Amino acid sequence: MKVKGRVFKYGDNVDTDVIIPARYLNTSDPQELAKHCMEDIDINFVKEVKQGDIIVADKNFGCGSSREHAPIAIKASGISCVIASTFARIFYRNAINIGLPILECEEAVKGIDAGDEVEIDFSTGTIKNITKNETYQAQAFPEFMQKIIESDGLIKYIQKDLV
Amino acid sequence: MGMTMTQKILAAHAGLEKVVAGQLIEANLDLVLGNDVTTPVAVKEFKKIGVDKVFDKKKVAIVPDHFTPNKDIKAAEQCKYIREFARDKEIENYFEVGEMGIEHALIPEKGLVVPGDVVIGADSHTCTYGALGAFSTGIGSTDMAAGMATGKAWFKVPSAIKFVLKGKMNKWVSGKDVILHIIGMIGVDGALYKSMEFVGEGISNLSMDDRFTIANMAIEAGAKNGIFPVDEKTIAYVKEHSTKEYKVYEADEDAEYDAVYEIDLSKIRPTVAFPHLPENTRTIDEVGDIKIDQVVIGSCTNGRMEDLRVAASILRGKKVAKGVRVIVFPGTQNIYLQALKEGLVADMVEAGAVFSTPTCGPCLGGHMGILAKGERAIATTNRNFVGRMGHPESEVYLASPAVAAASALTGKITNPENIA
Ligand code: SF4
Repeated sequence: MKVKGRVFKYGDNVDTDVIIPARYLNTSDPQELAKHCMEDIDINFVKEVKQGDIIVADKNFGCGSSREHAPIAIKASGISCVIASTFARIFYRNAINIGLPILECEEAVKGIDAGDEVEIDFSTGTIKNITKNETYQAQAFPEFMQKIIESDGLIKYIQKDLV
Repeated sequence: MGMTMTQKILAAHAGLEKVVAGQLIEANLDLVLGNDVTTPVAVKEFKKIGVDKVFDKKKVAIVPDHFTPNKDIKAAEQCKYIREFARDKEIENYFEVGEMGIEHALIPEKGLVVPGDVVIGADSHTCTYGALGAFSTGIGSTDMAAGMATGKAWFKVPSAIKFVLKGKMNKWVSGKDVILHIIGMIGVDGALYKSMEFVGEGISNLSMDDRFTIANMAIEAGAKNGIFPVDEKTIAYVKEHSTKEYKVYEADEDAEYDAVYEIDLSKIRPTVAFPHLPENTRTIDEVGDIKIDQVVIGSCTNGRMEDLRVAASILRGKKVAKGVRVIVFPGTQNIYLQALKEGLVADMVEAGAVFSTPTCGPCLGGHMGILAKGERAIATTNRNFVGRMGHPESEVYLASPAVAAASALTGKITNPENIA
């Protein structure tokens, strides 16, 4: 499975409160949440993001509360993958479980700038920077995790096997 | 390069010869746990899956402990919802009020976790069972739903930090002081994503109750799990509580660790974490003059027999300071009963404490002891975040049962060495 898009770039410790501020948590509707995604650090994000785009950030992405709303908002906004140097532990799990692909790759974070065009192959973990003509290597998703992502989350993934 | 204890357990449960830190694996589960707050959400997700059974009726545990005995109508509805689910799915380990306890005190007591197990729980303090040489970690409600349906969960294999303990704790120093000391040293994200492996000859001087307390608070350093090697004390505990088969895993000699710390247990002083983070620790000698309104003794961190024995030994024959409210809540019904038989309940009630049924109650500011604005509590619980026990402008100081009980007698944070 491959995705391709333009990059939005952020720094360290992007927390769940800026990904989706608590004042919007009175709903769990993905499209409603997506309307306010990242608005406290990047007011233009919602206006500019297109289906397939990619977020690249530095350390400890998704720290803070355990709200599943954060990866849901990012996914519903159209983002196809988040690449970061490291993720906060619960965000990492929640993202995979709702079917938002995420990759840890320090090298890519160093190499990629905002606005770069990037292509990712989840089966190999290869991240291609088309703008700069560079390639970075993240750990590939194991097969079952690719299946979770392809199934649009853990619940639908296991549904296929069980029902 | 060898594997850590945690890595060995995970490899075995994933059917792999070897795993390395950072690797993503899918592992078989020995137990899936939830409480009255997280299980309702998980049940809703479970129903979406569309299976009609849980993967194994013996390997799911549901413990309504946070807002029970039902605090209000909402809590009652939530408990009803999971009670009906448990009945419908014939879940064997559903524990009703009267047989329940705080989940992390109850699960080991019921023998549901043994060495070598892999356990997930929709509660962050699920890491407590590392005391038994099991891998156990907190997860979200979606994970719990999937775990109940499939008996599997995915994990990213953690790297580890090794804590080599040596020597023996002094009187009035306990497991709580050891873990507070460690969190003070490495910080609340000091072990982020990693295992905390506790090893060394000093382990043999720690009781099982001390080990449960230490493993319980691994999450307070950001860890994925905390784990102890299995020794005679572990085996004796398991034999007393469980008939399940267990397996002992040991770290390889050449296992790699991100960091190694040596800790001399004899040098640890009674330790207190100041508001509003468990890492804000000071030794009892540096505390100064801190007046308190409430004392809370209990929780999944310190609601076990040794905790109650220590607290009762300090309170026995004395009186709680005027104007201080002392609330004791034991971990389980068995602990409650044992405390009654040993006369500990009478000791504490005579001193002026109240004695509660097992519940999470005050620990999370749920019920049974909420703080008003500006009030201050000393508690043997595990979190002192803003508003944890009530009003956002109240304060919680974390300490051992000995320090909490000594403080109850004076109305300010007090060194037990000066009382007893
Ligand atoms: S006693 Fe406190 S920390 Fe333990 S499970 Fe209950 S609420 Fe959580």
